[in-house]
Amino acid sequence: MGRIARYTRRTFLVGTAALAGGVAFGIWEKLRVLPNPLKPEEGAATLNPYLIVGADGITVIAPRAEMGQGVQSTLAALVAEELDMDPVSLTVLHGPPAQVYYNGALLSGHATYRDTATPGLFEAAADALSEIMPKALSLQVTGGSTSMVDGFEKMRIAGAAARETLKRAGAARLGVGVDALQTRDGAVVAPDGRKLSYGALAGEAAALDLPKSVELRPQSAWKYLGRDTPRADTLAKSTGTARFGADMRLPGMRFATVRICPRLGAGMVSFDASAAEAMPGVEKVLDLGDGIAVVATNTWLAMQAAEAVEIVWEEAPYPPTTEALERDIAAALDGKANTVFRESGDVAAALGSGEVVRAEYRVPYLAHATMEPMNATAWLRDGALDIWCGVQAPLLARDRAAKVAGLKAGDVTVHVPFLGGGFGRRTEPDAAVLAARVAVQMPGVPVKVMWSREEDMTHDFYRPGAVARMAGVVRDGRAEAFDAHIAAPSVSRQSTARIVGFAPPGPDKLHLDGAIDQPYGIANKRISGYLADVAVPVGFWRSVAASFNGFFHESFIDELAHAAGADPLRFRLDLIAPVHAPSAQVLETVARMSDWANKPPGVGRGVAFTWSFGTAVAEVIEVRDSPDGIRLTNAWIACDVGTALNPRNIRTQMQGALIYGLSAAMGGEITFDGGEVEQANFPDYDALRMNTAPRIEVEVLQNNVRMGGVGEPGTPPSMPALANALFDLTGKRARVLPLSRSFDFAL
Amino acid sequence: MSFFLSVNGTPHDVALPEEVPLLWVLRDELGLTGTKYGCGIGACGACTVHINGEARRACQVALGDVDGPVTTIEGLGTPENPAIIQRAWLASQVPQCGYCQSGQIMQAASLLARNPNPDDAEIDDAMAGNLCRCGTYKQIRAAIHEAARLMREG
Ligand code: FES
Ligand code: FES
Repeated sequence: MGRIARYTRRTFLVGTAALAGGVAFGIWEKLRVLPNPLKPEEGAATLNPYLIVGADGITVIAPRAEMGQGVQSTLAALVAEELDMDPVSLTVLHGPPAQVYYNGALLSGHATYRDTATPGLFEAAADALSEIMPKALSLQVTGGSTSMVDGFEKMRIAGAAARETLKRAGAARLGVGVDALQTRDGAVVAPDGRKLSYGALAGEAAALDLPKSVELRPQSAWKYLGRDTPRADTLAKSTGTARFGADMRLPGMRFATVRICPRLGAGMVSFDASAAEAMPGVEKVLDLGDGIAVVATNTWLAMQAAEAVEIVWEEAPYPPTTEALERDIAAALDGKANTVFRESGDVAAALGSGEVVRAEYRVPYLAHATMEPMNATAWLRDGALDIWCGVQAPLLARDRAAKVAGLKAGDVTVHVPFLGGGFGRRTEPDAAVLAARVAVQMPGVPVKVMWSREEDMTHDFYRPGAVARMAGVVRDGRAEAFDAHIAAPSVSRQSTARIVGFAPPGPDKLHLDGAIDQPYGIANKRISGYLADVAVPVGFWRSVAASFNGFFHESFIDELAHAAGADPLRFRLDLIAPVHAPSAQVLETVARMSDWANKPPGVGRGVAFTWSFGTAVAEVIEVRDSPDGIRLTNAWIACDVGTALNPRNIRTQMQGALIYGLSAAMGGEITFDGGEVEQANFPDYDALRMNTAPRIEVEVLQNNVRMGGVGEPGTPPSMPALANALFDLTGKRARVLPLSRSFDFAL
Repeated sequence: MSFFLSVNGTPHDVALPEEVPLLWVLRDELGLTGTKYGCGIGACGACTVHINGEARRACQVALGDVDGPVTTIEGLGTPENPAIIQRAWLASQVPQCGYCQSGQIMQAASLLARNPNPDDAEIDDAMAGNLCRCGTYKQIRAAIHEAARLMREG
């Protein structure tokens, strides 16, 4: 039997959230009564905040931004499963920004944080930052790979509640008892074969109270979930008809672009727009204080004119060169640790008891480089502001835009079209806010503000540069001690400060994601985090801190394996198997997939494992020398996501996350000179292409007891797996990313 | 000054300076937003269209230099009546965010017009200029093979 879920209409979402996460947190009381944000058209009944049942069909309001991860289709499938209808027959819309869509998994802190922990293995610390930040971000965020974790029960309960209510409406109409009715293909069906479509029953269903409890379909009865169901957005995205933010068109709309101070966070001393104003198509050059906007009749004309504006910028509020920034980050290691996780044993004693392996690693700042550059369209009329922007946190964008426009939040509406890639970049509201600032100076006129690629790349919230000093001891082929000291600017602190105005002191656990909680049974293990106070804007980059910690952790595990004279995969397996069986199983699986034991001659292979966002991922990368340089020939991924709702989608997310990580590891770096980012466009910050990407195979396991994230966990192990493969091929250990500094890749 | 342009079989008179790239004529002037802006310097392929049946980067062709009929993704097929290659894209469930896919499809369509049965190396070679930040290359390759098969079978 399915699980019984209880709720009442008034507390519907609160109730389901409590069921889904067992959550209890500070802003609970405030969220108790949640207004329904949907105002359905006449004749359509809103059964609950996730569904509109109308005469012409069922619309699922998927409360998560679609940025390529297939989230809307899978959330819709959760509803469709309970409604006994093909998900493809549902219409999927992105929900309006409203608190009912708050992300419970994100709110509960790092909901997946202690998942691998066997009791007593790790020591938790009070964590002021990770309590405040999710609250600050509580607003309908698509991030942290939490969408499915959060929606898994809510969406199914929504579907089941709708089904039961429609059945009751149908029972009255058909004169049959509710228990005798079935639901099939979007209709309520009587035993004698008579049927009424959901749409036909919508009006009557709306008048009924929702049931007090519903039974969810047991997993064994699933017809759509757990299968490779097609995505709802494929046709639109294959015919050029999917609307992204950049594709917005409104009557009388103007096309604008911006040039904001390239010394991030600084302002503008002066500007001269006289040449620009005389250029064709230019209507206005606006003073934004920290930069300018050109409003024109065509985006390209606006971009040309923006280049022609002569601007004197202020100095950067941070050290102006990469060398100086790296020095400041490394210097944090000499200060006091922000957090020390003594995961096991006595590291100091263990380090004194044997020959110590030491290594220092360094990774650069990275840009997101979403395929669609930042943009937003804004229209201020009659005291109301409409914004169209691909954002991962629309309520935050709304509140920020309201502030700069001098409006109440209720007078601002944020519409979320498809996102041309997010990767964390679009959690920041800056593009929406900038468009609002332009709109305020152009009252009555809709303006699309399109950033150039150069503006996008040089005005990111970057993955921070980071440094790690590692020490370890091996004995009898095993790791005996593992000591990591990791320094980077704090993403949590900066983003919390941006959102709520201050960054609370205290331990920053997020900074150590991907280093702590790794299910390695090492007798003496300690992870220390150090926060560097550097004002270069940093933000959430696919897998966040795990993107550097995965590299540090797994490169060093590889070095320890080498020092121990052990096979690097066997070495990991021996340490992991006693701690966490699902993690050991992904390692065993990737060993089988890659035929690890029978490495072909002439290739290098590397393995890495990272637990992040509640998902265990092991990856093997294979490299080979060629006359043109080193090629990435093959990659194998085994992951365990707990429950796989759409396996194909999970495979493609893992594959994409691997390519994203490998692209960064091979050639990605953001460097600074004169306080300005030196990379401007793809030739300076390229990514794997079809001819340089490896062949990738993915297997999805479901041994873990809880559902994990899908969009991010494939990234962290990709970088160390590649570095380890290059070591295997060449005998050269690269401890600094990008790897193109140390190796010649075939391009 | 105005320029004559044939796009997806429809004639247009466009009153814009001759140096405006075709990309921004299509997107802003004609409202054909299926063709995307990714880099503006010929480095990503998001803006790929056909001119005289050849794949070209629309961000690199000035309005004044357009020397033949233009086909954009909208002219290849529609949601109601997708072209064979678009059906192959559906079958292989290629897109993730989808932003690069118009360009990928236009590039692939021109490859298949020249070479109805490309092997993996030929596909990799033809598609190397089209970036996909979501990393859908495997599905793109599969879709091109699928499209070739569908075309062979008529
Ligand atoms: S926009 Fe034309 S190649 Fe990138
Ligand atoms: S599908 Fe997102 S960039 Fe290709």
